[in-house]
Amino acid sequence: MSERIFRPAKQGGITDTRGYTVFRIVNGVLIVALCFLTLYPFLNVVAQAFSSEAYINSGQVNLIPKGFNVTTFGYVMGDPMFWRNYGNTVLYTVVATAIAMVFTTTFAYALSKKHLKGRAFFIGIAVFTMFFNGGLIPNYILINELGFKNTLWAIVIPNAISVFNLLVMKSFFEGFPEDLEEAAAIDGLTTYGILWKIVLPLSKAVIATMVLFYAVSFWNSWFAAFLYMDKAELYPVTVYLRNLLAAASSTESLGAGAMSGDATQVAANVKAVTMLLTVLPIVCLYPFIQKYFVSGVMLGSVKQ
Amino acid sequence: MSVNSNLVVAEAVELRAEVDEAPSPPQRRSRRSRSSRTTWRKALKKDWRLYSLLVLPVVFLVIFRYIPMAGNIIAFRRFRPGGSMFGDEWVGLRYVELFIHDPTFWRAFFNTLILGGLTLVIVFPLPIVLALMFNELRSHSFKRVAQSISYLPHFMSVVIVAGMVLQLTAVRGSINQAIEFFGGDAIPFMQLAQWFPTIYVSSEIWQTVGWGTILYLAALTTIDPQLYEAARIDGASRWRQIWHVTLPGIRPTMIVLLILNIGTFMAVGFEKILLLYNPLLYPTADVISTYLYRVGIISSNFSYATAIGLFESLIGLVLILTANAISRRTVGTSLW
Repeated sequence: MSERIFRPAKQGGITDTRGYTVFRIVNGVLIVALCFLTLYPFLNVVAQAFSSEAYINSGQVNLIPKGFNVTTFGYVMGDPMFWRNYGNTVLYTVVATAIAMVFTTTFAYALSKKHLKGRAFFIGIAVFTMFFNGGLIPNYILINELGFKNTLWAIVIPNAISVFNLLVMKSFFEGFPEDLEEAAAIDGLTTYGILWKIVLPLSKAVIATMVLFYAVSFWNSWFAAFLYMDKAELYPVTVYLRNLLAAASSTESLGAGAMSGDATQVAANVKAVTMLLTVLPIVCLYPFIQKYFVSGVMLGSVKQ
Repeated sequence: MSVNSNLVVAEAVELRAEVDEAPSPPQRRSRRSRSSRTTWRKALKKDWRLYSLLVLPVVFLVIFRYIPMAGNIIAFRRFRPGGSMFGDEWVGLRYVELFIHDPTFWRAFFNTLILGGLTLVIVFPLPIVLALMFNELRSHSFKRVAQSISYLPHFMSVVIVAGMVLQLTAVRGSINQAIEFFGGDAIPFMQLAQWFPTIYVSSEIWQTVGWGTILYLAALTTIDPQLYEAARIDGASRWRQIWHVTLPGIRPTMIVLLILNIGTFMAVGFEKILLLYNPLLYPTADVISTYLYRVGIISSNFSYATAIGLFESLIGLVLILTANAISRRTVGTSLW
């Protein structure tokens, strides 16, 4: 698949007109500029994380750190709540992804069987939720009624099925050779046995992609925790960061008051360091996982 | 921006195909003499293991998707904390009348239209342009690196994006430094309501345009190279080739994404606005979803907020149904 996407634009020995050559150069320069603009916010965060607050406050820190300073890393990493919340993020991501994978895989596998009576109905009730949902307040009331407030479940259960991921897996399973499963059935394997021993071992690629889709979305999520968690020790790191940003932006001078006595001294710098520490895992893994995401989207979109 | 469009289309086409197939059972009879009129009893007996796999997910959908939908009934019933989640007594259209006469609601409504409209008009076409630009690159490695960089913001938490926006737009931030470099005066962006739409749309562009190219790039690969050849033989320039071959080739993808974008029009980046805005920005930044968040969660007016939310969801549903119907009539492409 990817080979075809990167098909060269050059076609059959026809030489370019001068206008087209100019266009190609402009195009290349524009794309370099866009890449720079895309990366700029990241580079700015890194620069501010390693700068001293005085330089940031006098507006001198753009791409290159000024007044090199790593003590803030000590501050942030010395805050037990930061690690606690980071640990929560890991815990929530792992549990939520595991639950989501069980739900999505079993659902997708059953729906991939075209002979299943009522299949269109089950697909329909899943797809409908993409276009219409209960809304914030009824969901909020439901979670409270269920007693999920201030528990892990408020975060890991309500988003257990992403309909998009469900449809991707379903179309993958549909492409599975039927003969294989029939042979397994003749050998005496039940549906469960076929799913567990034949289908899943052969679906490692799509499972890896789905795990990544879910894990990134849970890692990045903040709103459910913000809504349902009242206690700081239950927050994921995204909410930790959110509270830092809110404290800093509500009153510029008071920012991050909780962090240290010398409040103004920490605000921008602490924000930058916390942001850097929060995105670091994703940015580091990104070069390795990116292709799985792209292939996941392709899997979903180019179905026959 | 949603990337699931084609999939939904494929799904819809397939569902329709199955309906078409239904009246001709003999096709399906080949293997196990099964007919499409299999009774539920037989189906359950034969496939009970498959149905057992459906139990948990369907229970999940009912509890966490359909019960909240039913919970919207409290838009018409008085809700008492500690009482039934479906409300205690009917109050008719009281809450609807309340928001119809609420100027803050209408401000949020028009802000939603403006931000949603700007997103649709500005952010929606850009991935098409960027995909065409990528398509003209000849160096494989350059193209791959450029694409990887352009996808990166998609993977960032909205909290990080908000943090970056606040950092860049700070009074001493990079944008103001550039303004001062060119002789202007620093602008306190996050205190001036007139700047919010620009900032919001720019951050949407930054985060979504690169990732949005993927489906278009996939669609570009499906265009038959012979069409380009024929166009060249007819003397078409590169521009005419793009106009007459490339754009028609990716048109179905464009239409499907447009319909889906129209459908999510009312749900403008709730989380991002919630993270970015402050009371000074309410005149342009407060949208329906953030207003109902304040009414419902902060002030605990559950029924009133639900009425607003239901109104918003229904508009979304009507928009997507309308866009889909218009598209099916006029260009023959639709979600279902």
